Order: sequence, then C-alpha cells, then structure tokens
Amino acid sequence: MSDTTDTGPVLAADGTPLKRSLSRALRRQKMRALMLIAPLLIFVLISFIIPIGSMLFRSVENDIVGQTLPLTVVELQNWDSESGELPDEALYAAFATDMVAAIEAKKHTRLGTRLNYEQTGLSSLFRKSGRKMKKLDPAADAPFKEKIIDIDKKWGDIETWRTIKTHSVKYTNGYFLNAVDMRRTPEGAQAQPEDKQILIKLFQRTLIMSMIITVSCIILGYPVAWILANLPMRTANILMILVLLPFWTSLLVRTSAWKVMLQQQGVINEVLVWLGMVADDSRLVLINNQTGTIIAMTHILLPFMILPMYSVMQTIKPHYVRAAKSMGATDWTSFWRVYFPQSIPGIGAGSILVFILAIGYYITPEIVGGTKGVFISNRIAYHISSSLNWGLAAALGTILLAVVLILYWAYDKIVGIDNVKLG
Amino acid sequence: MKLTKIFMTSTALAFAAGAVAAADMANEMTIVSWGGAYSKSQLNAYHNPYSEKTGVTIINDDSSAEAVAKLRAMNEAGNVTWDVVDVVAADAMRLCDEGLAEEIDFNSQLAPAPDGTTAEDDFGALLVSDCFIPQIVYSTTFGYRTDLVGDTAPSSICDVFDLEAYPGKRSLEKRPINNMEWALLCDGVDKADVYDVLETSEGQDRALAKLDTIKDSVVWWSAGADTPQLLADGEVIMGSTYNGRLFSVIEEQKQPVAMLWDAQVFDLDGWIIPAGLSEERKARALDYIYFATDTQRLADQAKYISYGPARASSAPLVGQHADLGIDMAPHMPTDPNNAQNTFLYNYEFWADYRDDIDAKFQAWLAK
Repeated sequence: MSDTTDTGPVLAADGTPLKRSLSRALRRQKMRALMLIAPLLIFVLISFIIPIGSMLFRSVENDIVGQTLPLTVVELQNWDSESGELPDEALYAAFATDMVAAIEAKKHTRLGTRLNYEQTGLSSLFRKSGRKMKKLDPAADAPFKEKIIDIDKKWGDIETWRTIKTHSVKYTNGYFLNAVDMRRTPEGAQAQPEDKQILIKLFQRTLIMSMIITVSCIILGYPVAWILANLPMRTANILMILVLLPFWTSLLVRTSAWKVMLQQQGVINEVLVWLGMVADDSRLVLINNQTGTIIAMTHILLPFMILPMYSVMQTIKPHYVRAAKSMGATDWTSFWRVYFPQSIPGIGAGSILVFILAIGYYITPEIVGGTKGVFISNRIAYHISSSLNWGLAAALGTILLAVVLILYWAYDKIVGIDNVKLG
Repeated sequence: MKLTKIFMTSTALAFAAGAVAAADMANEMTIVSWGGAYSKSQLNAYHNPYSEKTGVTIINDDSSAEAVAKLRAMNEAGNVTWDVVDVVAADAMRLCDEGLAEEIDFNSQLAPAPDGTTAEDDFGALLVSDCFIPQIVYSTTFGYRTDLVGDTAPSSICDVFDLEAYPGKRSLEKRPINNMEWALLCDGVDKADVYDVLETSEGQDRALAKLDTIKDSVVWWSAGADTPQLLADGEVIMGSTYNGRLFSVIEEQKQPVAMLWDAQVFDLDGWIIPAGLSEERKARALDYIYFATDTQRLADQAKYISYGPARASSAPLVGQHADLGIDMAPHMPTDPNNAQNTFLYNYEFWADYRDDIDAKFQAWLAK
C-alpha cells in the first residue's frame, strides 16, 4: 500500500495518464492484430460469405416475373383469380406490350423456364408464342385478347394466368415450400402430389446415414487411435502414414476402387464364393445401395475421426490407468472409468468433423449409392447443374445449413462445445 | 524494408505476367468439350488442322457436362472465359432460351456444302435451335454380353424388359428421358403415340409401372463410362449407353459385347458460342466454327469415333477408322441396317416435361 495522499490519476513517464497511455498501446496492438488477419478476413468475406449469402438469397428472390412482365403484374392485381373468368382486355394489352419488349431483350424464354417449374408446358408456351408475338405492334394492333388466344389457346386458360399471378411476387416462399415437398398455389401452401414427394425423405436419409457413418467411424477409428497413441513414437509415425495415405489419393480413385471391390463380380464377392461362404448365384449386393455408401464413406472419412482422437489420446497420461489398476480395478474398469472419459473430447471433435462432412457429401453417394444410397446433396447438384432451378437448390442448401447449425447447437447444449478438443 | 521490396517485386512481376497473358489471349481460344475419346477425335479432326492453318492455340476444357450451369454463372459474373462450347442439343436449347448463347445465321455464318447447297439445307431438320450448330448424330442404345445372354441373342428393345428370357442385371440411365419411351413402347403403345401418352399423368404412371417390373434388376448409371465398365466386368448382361462407347468396347477393347440397335434414340451434339464475348473473340469463334463444321471436317471426325456427321453432304465421305482400318459406315447409328427402328430425342417435349417427370421418376426410384 502506498502512503501517498495524491488521488489524481497515475501518470506515465511522459506525463499522460497511465490509463490512456495503456489503452492507446492496447489499441495499437489490436489494430496490428487486425491488420495481420485482415488479408484472411477479406479473403473469407469475398470468397466465402458474400457468394454463399447471395446464393442463399436466391431461395426467396423472384423478381424475374415482375421484371419481365411489369405492366402485366400490375394488371393481374385487379384480376380476381377465383372469379372463374378470363382477365379482361386491359391485361392482354399490358401483356402484349410486356412481351414485345421482353422478346426484344430475349428475356421471355427465361421467364418460361422459370414458370415451367410451377406449371408444365409454360416453357414451350413462351418460346413458341415469342416467335409469333414478335410481330405484334402494341400501339396499333389492339384489341389483343382474341389475337393472343389465337396464337396459343393456353393464353385462354385460366390456369396459366393463375400460375403467373401466384408467382408474380417479388419475394417468394415457393422454393422453400418446394424444398419440403409442398407447393405455392393460389389457395395457399399445399402438399405436392404423393408421387412427387421425395425431398423430405432424402433429408431424413441424409441425416440417418450420416449418423450411421459417424458411429462406424468411431467404432473403427477408436482402436486405431488408441494403438497409435500407445505405440513408441517411431512405430506410431510409420503407422500414421497408413492413416494419412488415403488423403494423398484422389477421392474419385478411392471411390472407384470401392466399386471394383464391392460389385457382384468384384474382389470381395469372388473371395467369398471361392471360400464357399456364399453361393455363386446369391452373391452379396454390396454396392449401388445404402451399404455401398456407408462402406465407402466410412473409409473416406475415417482419417477425420482418427486424427483428433489420436491427438487427444496422446495427452492422456498412462499413470492414471496404472494408478487405477494398482488400486484393484480390472482392465475393463480402468479403461471405462478412467481412460475412456478422458478420450471423449477427441470423439466429440471427430464426430462433429465426420458428421458435418458426411451430410454435405455428394460425389461418393453418386458413384456407389445407386438409388437408395443418395443424399440430399445429390438432388442439390441436380438442380444446380441439370434443371437449373437454382432457387430450389438454394432453398435446399439453406435448410441443410440450418439443420447443421441446429444440430451443432444441440450438441453444444448436451455435450458442451468446450469438451471438444483437437489435441 | 526487405519485405516491402519483395512485395514490390512480386507485384511488378504479377503485372508483367498479366500483360503477357493479355497479349497471348489474342492468339488463344478455349474450347469446351466432353473429354476422353470424344475430345481426342475433335483434336484430330478440328483443332490440329485449325491451329496449323491459323496459328491459334486451342485450350481444351472438359466441362461440357456442367456447361449450362457454368455458363450461367459466368454470364452473371460478367466474365465469360469460354469461346466455343460443345453441348447436346437439349442443353443448347436451354442456353438459347436463357439468352446465354449467340444466335447463328446458318447460311451466312457456316460453310456451304461443296456442291453449293446452303448450310441450312445441308443440315436440314437437324437445326433444332437458333443457337446450335450440330456436329454429330449419336444414339443412346443397348449393348449386351454375347456370352451371358444364352443362345438367342436379344433383338428387340422389349427383351430388356423380359426377365424370363434374359435373367440378369441390366443398366439404365438414372433419368426418365429414353427410359420412359422404351417402357411405353414395350407396354404396347404405338410408336407414334408415345409422347401423347407420356403427356398424361396416367401415361407416366404406366411407364413407371412397366419399369417397375424390372426395377430390382436394374443398375442405374449416371456417367457414360459406367455401362461399358459394367458390361466388361460382367456386372450386367445388357445396358444402355452412347453408341460410341459401345464401339470402343467392341472394336477397340475386343470385349464379347454386341449392339442392340432396336429403338435407339438419336440425339445431337454440337457447338454453341456463348453470349457476351468481345467482338474480337466472337469473330474468332465464328471463324473456328466455319472451319470445323464444313463438310470435310465433319466427315473426318468419323475416322476417330463412331458418331455420324450431321451434314448430309458428309455422309458419303465417311471412310475408315484411323487406327483400326475398319469401315466406319456400318458402325454409324445412321446406317440403314442399324436405323430400322429409331427415335429422335423429342426436344420440345422434354423441355416442358423434364422437371415434372423427373420429380416423379426420382420419387419412384427412391421408393
């Protein structure tokens, strides 16, 4: 304790209050730290967060209808889709003006593709009508109603206009409804017809199979990690190479190798038949189904389980087990009560890694999964690259992301994220 | 100090490299295709002669399978890096619909036939889209293992659905296109009515019900190389794939496999030029297309792969395989002997119904 009575601020050597001088030094330090991570931060922002954000935004964005047919959309507000009557001449006139402009800008077929997701046939309706409506003159050719219905009788079908009206909103929940096997209709959200429901099933399958894969990784990986952690350093390092070896081989090569192993005329079946364990005409079906996906993905993801387990087990001191045994514990008790609890953080870290990787896997299920072993990510890939329904793909991706975040949150609540260690 | 210097030097170097790259650009073009034997045939028939003639370096990119999605992304980013893209006709139509491909004026921008016939007449009905210059006719058809199908070889498409006469696995493509047509045809629908039936919900259910009878014996493929591999390994006794792949299994790898041409489905593969190229690049792409789709060049490609040239005037010029020395004409899907019962991929129908039927088909597969 100081015996001075001076209650003023403590001063630094240069006369400024120590507090301010300290905070300035701290701020400078923080700035320097920020500058150091700035390249990474900017990189992550530009290459990761912004693209993903804009992709996810597509799941609700729907301004294509309003942009391509601006006048028509306004007119549609005045039309009662429940009236059972066709829209009036004003709407057809607005539609003619919009279409002529859209054809000029070559945007009408794009809208056709968009609306075809909702009602089959609209793609060719817009394409074919485009060729004929090009010749219409919005100023001179009125009235339009009959002329347009003459071009294609589907323009005289109330369903067509109902579809356009239902999907003319700027932001839509339609893609999210589609992603959970429902659809947006004039009467509100409705379930898809039963023979088109598939996505919910795929979400469930993805979750269940990812869990099975995670559990099999734990069961297979735990003994390996234990051996690695308890062998002398030199031997352990050599064995470690074996664990890492798959990392250095292309994913496609590994997956295709499983094909050679697992198919009915493949290595495993041949050996079993040769040994007489399986009859020639009842060879095991190990591929193009869920078994194939589980086997191949467990193999591919195993290192992600072993590595965190290994690094955690390395820090467990052998003294504890020895102490337990010296006090009369059996091998099993000393393992289960003393060693295992200490290795749980490694299992936790490995499980999170494996599960989250598995849930988004695409190429392996595509190659070995057949029809029953494919994941929701295969459907996302289809909608990105084949059907070009990016809105639906974005909605599926958003739901998948939300599911992972919820599971992560649940994991944190149940196990506690502090209990996860990578070493 | 030292660090700054390194930064400065590397920045300068990067700029220099950029300048060099820009200079090179003028003499380089990126052509996108399917890879494998197909790209090789294009390299021999088109790229090499064109490079020799003009000095342009051609860079190959094997991205045709994802071309539509990638072109859409490039277009949105405003940076199209491809000059000429090889796609199937259905994709070309969608690219055209989306405004992602340039429209072509066939008569003025393509070479006429040697006898003066205009390009439009020479390609004839194969010009299915305003943006698409057809290159080859290929077909999706069946191959079977000669040693695994018993004494009477399959001769009709309906043998694929006949598990009693031909027990064993067969491979089909994991999509509704073609499979639905075949199923209806073998369920007794007249060939002329197939698409009328398939338009209706009952017709689609009928096709799926027919496919259901063999569902347990089907291995579903998604890559063109799958069926050849499955046939070679004896995993399946018959399977559908592209006819060129089967040609290579039969003639080049000498596997005990034979063709079942019945009800083969013709499809077209060809070029598009992406929208949004600079004038200079667009002119070069058009120059390449003019060269690569003339009568002789199209006939040349058939020396390396068993796909039929899309020009009528090229057919008489089809000769022998460049390495094997066998006549290529009998291996063409368009050969009269092979083309007794054929379909032409119905672009208009599938453009409309693809999303709808695919959802049903996938739901059926997952059942």
